[in-house]
Amino acid sequence: MFNYTFHWNQALKALPQMLDGALVTLQIALLSMIIGMAIAIALTLFRLSGNRLLGGFATAWVEVARNTPALFQIYMAHFGLGNFGIHLSPFVALLVGIAFNNAGYLAENFRGALKAIPETQTRAGRSLGMTSLQAFRLIVMPQMLRVAFLPATNQMVWAILMTSLGVTVGMNTDLAGVTQELNARSFRTFEFFAIAAVIYYVIAKAVTLAARVFAARMFRY
Amino acid sequence: MIEIENVRKSFGSLEVLKGINLTVAKGEVVTIIGGSGSGKSTLLTCINGLEPIDSGRIKIDGTEVHARSTDLNKLRQKVGIVFQQWNAFPHLTVLENVMLAPRKVLGLSQEKAEEIAVKQLTHVGLAEKLAVYPNRMSGGQQQRMAIARALAMSPTYMLFDEVTSALDPMLVGEVLDTLRMLASEGMTMICVTHEMKFAREVSDRVAFFHQGVMAEIAPPEQLFDAPQNAETKKFLAATH
Ligand SMILES: Nc1ncnc2c1ncn2[C@@H]1O[C@H](COP(=O)(O)OP(=O)(O)OP(=O)(O)O)[C@@H](O)[C@H]1O
Ligand SMILES: [Mg+2]
Repeated sequence: MFNYTFHWNQALKALPQMLDGALVTLQIALLSMIIGMAIAIALTLFRLSGNRLLGGFATAWVEVARNTPALFQIYMAHFGLGNFGIHLSPFVALLVGIAFNNAGYLAENFRGALKAIPETQTRAGRSLGMTSLQAFRLIVMPQMLRVAFLPATNQMVWAILMTSLGVTVGMNTDLAGVTQELNARSFRTFEFFAIAAVIYYVIAKAVTLAARVFAARMFRY
Repeated sequence: MIEIENVRKSFGSLEVLKGINLTVAKGEVVTIIGGSGSGKSTLLTCINGLEPIDSGRIKIDGTEVHARSTDLNKLRQKVGIVFQQWNAFPHLTVLENVMLAPRKVLGLSQEKAEEIAVKQLTHVGLAEKLAVYPNRMSGGQQQRMAIARALAMSPTYMLFDEVTSALDPMLVGEVLDTLRMLASEGMTMICVTHEMKFAREVSDRVAFFHQGVMAEIAPPEQLFDAPQNAETKKFLAATH
C-alpha cells in the first residue's frame, strides 16, 4: 500500500541544526511575551482610565487580536506595513505579530483577573491607612497574578506554536523555518516535520510543567 | 472624640443620611441598631473617610475628616474598622496579614511589626494560627484576625460593622467575646450590630437608625426597656 521508505538517519543528522532553530523559536516566544505583557499592562490601564479615546483604542486592540487569525496579524506586520514603506525583517515582523496577539489576549486576561479581586480588598487596605497605590501593589496585584498566571502560561505555549507561522513571511532561522528549508532540499517531509513536532511538543510541555512547579511554590494559599 | 455634626449623604437621588448628629467620647461604646438600608454602614464608612459626605462635618480629635487638607491615610491609622466580611487578605498568612500595615504604613521594622502582630493575635486567641492562610480558618477566626489586624495599628477608635452577621451562629460568640474584651479594656468603639443582647451588655449608649435618621439614642436600659420613639418600639417588637 505504502511504498515510502523512511529515512530517519538523514533527518536525525539535521537534529543539531533543528535544535538551534528551536532556540530561536524560544527566543522569539519569550521576547514576544515580554513585549506583549508590557503592552497588555498599558492596555489594561487604558481601559481603566475612563478616558474614552484610550479605552476605545485598547478595546479595539483586544478585539482585533482575539478575533482575527494570527497568520493575518503576522502578514500585516510584514507585508501590510511594507505597503506603507515600513519594512520589517521576517524576525521582527514575526515578533511584532505575535506580540500584538499576546498583548490582546493578556490584556483580556488581566482584566478578568482584576475583576476577580473584590473591591472590598482595596477598601480593607485603605482602611488600614494604605495609599491607593500601596493597596494595589500589596493586596490586589499579588492576588491578580495568581489568577492571571495559568492563562498567561497558556499564551506562552500558544506563542511558541505561533512562531511556526513565520515561514509565511520568509523566516528561516526558527524551528519551523529550518525544518522547512531542510524539507525543501531533501523532500523527507514526514521525517523532518515529525521531529520538529516532537521538539515543539517537548518545549510546550516543559514550559507548562515549569509554570506549574513555579505556581505551586509562589501561590501557596 | 468623634464629633458628627449634621451629616448628610446621598447616593444619587437616594438620601441615605439625613442630618446625623452624634458625639462619641473617649472610652465610650456606642452601638447602632436599625433596619436594613437605614444608613448604618454608610455612616461608618463616612467616619473614616472611605465615603465622602455632602454636607455637615465629622471631626476626629478635632481634625475634620473630609477637609481637603486632611491626610486621610494618617487619620485612618487612628480609626480601625472591621467589616462584615471579606476582610482577610487571602494571599498572606495570618501573621503577614497583621504585620502588613505596621510594616508598610507605619514603617516599623520586621521584628517590631512581628512582635506587635504576635501580641495582637495572641490577644484575640489566634496565637496558634500565625503561619496559617486565612482560607484555612473559620469565619469567626477570620473576623478575630481582622480585629487583631486593625488593633496592630494602635488605633484610638474602632468601628465594627456587623462583624458577626455573616457567621454561623456557633461562631458568633467567640467574636462577640473579643469585642466585649475590647470594651472592658476601655477602647472607644462604634459597633453596628443586630445582636441586641450584646448591645445591651456592652453599650454606654445605643442609637437606633431609621431611614437615614437617628431616631433615638439612649443608654441601653432606657432604649430597650422604655423606648420613646414609635419606630424604635416597632423595630424592637419585631426583633424580639
Ligand atoms: N455605594 C453605594 N451606591 C449606591 N447606593 C448605596 C451604596 N452604599 C449603600 N447604598 C444604599 O444606601 C442605603 C443605606 O445603605 P447602608 O449600607 O448604609 O445601610 P445599612 O443600615 O448598613 O443596612 P444593612 O443593615 O442592610 O447593612 C441603602 O439603600 C443602600 O442600598
Ligand atoms: Mg450595613
